[in-house]
Amino acid sequence: MSQAPIYDLGVIGGGVVGSTLALLAQRGGLSTALLDRGPLCREASGVNAGTLTLQMTRVALIPHAMRAHAMWASARDWLGHDVGVVVCDGLSLAFTEREAALLEERAGKRRAAGAPITIISRDEALRVEPGISDRTLMAGHCVVDGYANAYLTGQAFRAALVDAGVAVMENRGVSGLDRTDNGFVARTAQGPVSFRRVVLAGGVWIEPMMAWLGVHLPIKVLVNQLSVTERIRPVMRTVVGIASGLLSLKQYPHGTVVIGGGWQGIGDRERGGVELVPERLVGNIRLACHAIPELAGARLARAWAGLEAETADALPAAGPIPGIPDAYVCGSIHSGYTSGPSIARSLADVILGREPDLPLFPIDRLMKAAPP
Amino acid sequence: MIRPADCLVLGAGPAGTEAALAAAEAGLDVVLIDEQADAGGQGWRAPLSGLTMPRKGADAEAGDGLRARLAASGVDRRLGRRVWSVGGAFRLDAVGPDGAEAYEAPRLVAATGAHERVVPFPGWTLPGVIGLAGATVLLKAQAVLPGRRVVVAGAGPLLFAVAAGIIAKGGEVAAIVDMDGRLAWARRLPGLARRLDLLKEGLGWTWSILGARVPFLAGHGVRCAAGRSEVEAVIVGPVDADGAPIAGPERRFACDALAVGHGLVPGGEVPKILRAAHLYDRLRGGFIPELDPYGRTTIENLYACGDGTGIRGARPSAVAGRLAGLAAAHDAGRLDATAFTALAEPTLQALADYRPFADTVAGAMALKPAQVAAITPATVVCRCEDVSRAEIDAAVDAGAGDINQMKHFTRCGMGPCQGRMCGDVAAELVAQRRGVTRETVGYWTQRVPLRPVPFDTMIGSFDYADIPIPPPAPL
Repeated sequence: MSQAPIYDLGVIGGGVVGSTLALLAQRGGLSTALLDRGPLCREASGVNAGTLTLQMTRVALIPHAMRAHAMWASARDWLGHDVGVVVCDGLSLAFTEREAALLEERAGKRRAAGAPITIISRDEALRVEPGISDRTLMAGHCVVDGYANAYLTGQAFRAALVDAGVAVMENRGVSGLDRTDNGFVARTAQGPVSFRRVVLAGGVWIEPMMAWLGVHLPIKVLVNQLSVTERIRPVMRTVVGIASGLLSLKQYPHGTVVIGGGWQGIGDRERGGVELVPERLVGNIRLACHAIPELAGARLARAWAGLEAETADALPAAGPIPGIPDAYVCGSIHSGYTSGPSIARSLADVILGREPDLPLFPIDRLMKAAPP
Repeated sequence: MIRPADCLVLGAGPAGTEAALAAAEAGLDVVLIDEQADAGGQGWRAPLSGLTMPRKGADAEAGDGLRARLAASGVDRRLGRRVWSVGGAFRLDAVGPDGAEAYEAPRLVAATGAHERVVPFPGWTLPGVIGLAGATVLLKAQAVLPGRRVVVAGAGPLLFAVAAGIIAKGGEVAAIVDMDGRLAWARRLPGLARRLDLLKEGLGWTWSILGARVPFLAGHGVRCAAGRSEVEAVIVGPVDADGAPIAGPERRFACDALAVGHGLVPGGEVPKILRAAHLYDRLRGGFIPELDPYGRTTIENLYACGDGTGIRGARPSAVAGRLAGLAAAHDAGRLDATAFTALAEPTLQALADYRPFADTVAGAMALKPAQVAAITPATVVCRCEDVSRAEIDAAVDAGAGDINQMKHFTRCGMGPCQGRMCGDVAAELVAQRRGVTRETVGYWTQRVPLRPVPFDTMIGSFDYADIPIPPPAPL
């Protein structure tokens, strides 16, 4: 009987962050195992709105979002598989004076962080996107925008990971993580998996994962509602949002329109996104129809909810785990689908002994207030 | 405005209507909601208003009786409502004739029925091809023939009901093509004979079909439907007892319509959305909610009854509905233990008496795995999204291990019907390709809306300032 291998790296959590990390680490020469309790990219990474916009990105994440945008846009080259990425213009609309002020303030700060966002007039916005409402007062305009087909993420990454030689362990839930003399052993129902270094990349489940190592890192769970129309004739050609960030809207090449924006449903870490709040679904759809009036003729095909993780300061948890050598955490990234691949790339660089081009977000800052 | 009630019943077929009647008789304030303009469901459907047609038969009588009892009851009938959201414990959101509506009650009975199963074959997406259940609706509610010359094909008792209905309305049936051999029906006779009244109706269909001298091909299945822009002919050939095509002479029937169906699949959207536990039951048509003998699901105060909980047919469904209504009233404290037992015991017995009949009917409508195995690679399985069998197989080979992962890989089941039409066959294909059980492959994650709902009716008229936009996301 051959002895079970000890991998150089174990990544627990097979979303966009964990999958990117595992892929880059394996390609960088580390034998890597990727474990997930379900199939790859079936939680937030597979059910989010797929938006790759800078106009909803937190200022501190703009450099990562821009690099990740380029990664998504060139997915065929480095990932080798299609995630249905469309690069297009993005608009963030203001319908009221208050929203106009908010838009100018937010666009200014994002621009200062490097995002190529300009403020344009209603008429200019209508030229960029003829589908928008003529009640628009002004818009933030960004040429670095676009969207992916989130549900294709798992298929694309799975193929790339298998091609690269990563030990892809789907449907393999980890119940605990033990430290050993030469690394870590993950306990699973199908037997232990050993590795020298570990990355916890479990999205909203980072909190219970960290508890395996005796570390307390509170992670808040957001339950984002989304909806999609039946296929309809073209009604828009850009990514459209509003100044407050409470709307994301785009029409896919096959004709469906996906509506997001982070309106909250009901759910939790244990049960997932269990329920949609009808008033909020209606509110979100009213906003969408206000922005793109032609949308009112569509029919709702499906609505769902996905979980998003948030730390106390709403910035990522990405870096070494203090006090535990060879253990890292990566996740809880606001609009994580947009920026995730870039942050994972920075951590992969660190693990591979390279200086990352863009900074990580070490969690020491979040642990000061932790209970004893 | 939310209409509060003691009990909501969703679905006004035989099961839901009986549940509503039983709960209301016990003193509950009951709201009965359905998309159709009148109660009766698919089987006991009323003709469209303004349409008079000669109607006879057990189904018409049963439906008229049910509607008369409902009209005389205290049940608040909210018909012609499209329920799009179900949630909480419990709330239903609907669009009706006057726009958006909401209903709330501490108890919910889900009786949303079944939908049609068509095991795909080349040409099944051509115009002129219609489901057997769809044909039944045309005949019963609208007095419309599916075509001038119709091939009626598939499996189960609906075959004969549709053929007889076409003949009765003056249409021509080009052929009846039954996957089951004559032996299969002979074996079913004992089960069917337990309900002589229903057997008599079945024999009545047979009689009218014999009278019309319609070619009857037992042990045959549809090889393909042919035609350029619509169906022009159907080619049929012999199949074995498991539904697999076997060598033998093929026959071609010219026609302008094909009514075809291979049984029914329990809908069960509501218990799935509310995350009640389900189990797979091949005889009953697919995944069904786990129920106690009275129709209680694993979710407190959520009840389910009717064909949505497993295929049994209209009459057993009506009895199961009455049980669920009684259980809801009992759980609400309106029927004490003695009264509940006195009412429920004979109802339980009636349901047990139906069992051999219901099992026989369900057996004739159950999925035939060998028929699914024989689907050709190029055949479209998901007609909303144009996904072929070959694409489903490729997704499984690329690592899609369950039905939801397969959906993500292919878009199978993402269209307007949300997988209602293709789900059972698609899951069977994944299970067969992987060599695993249907339990392993699972069922679609069910979400709202229950049926596609137009945005304009859902959102009504509004001012931008009235949209309750949450506070801005952090910068």
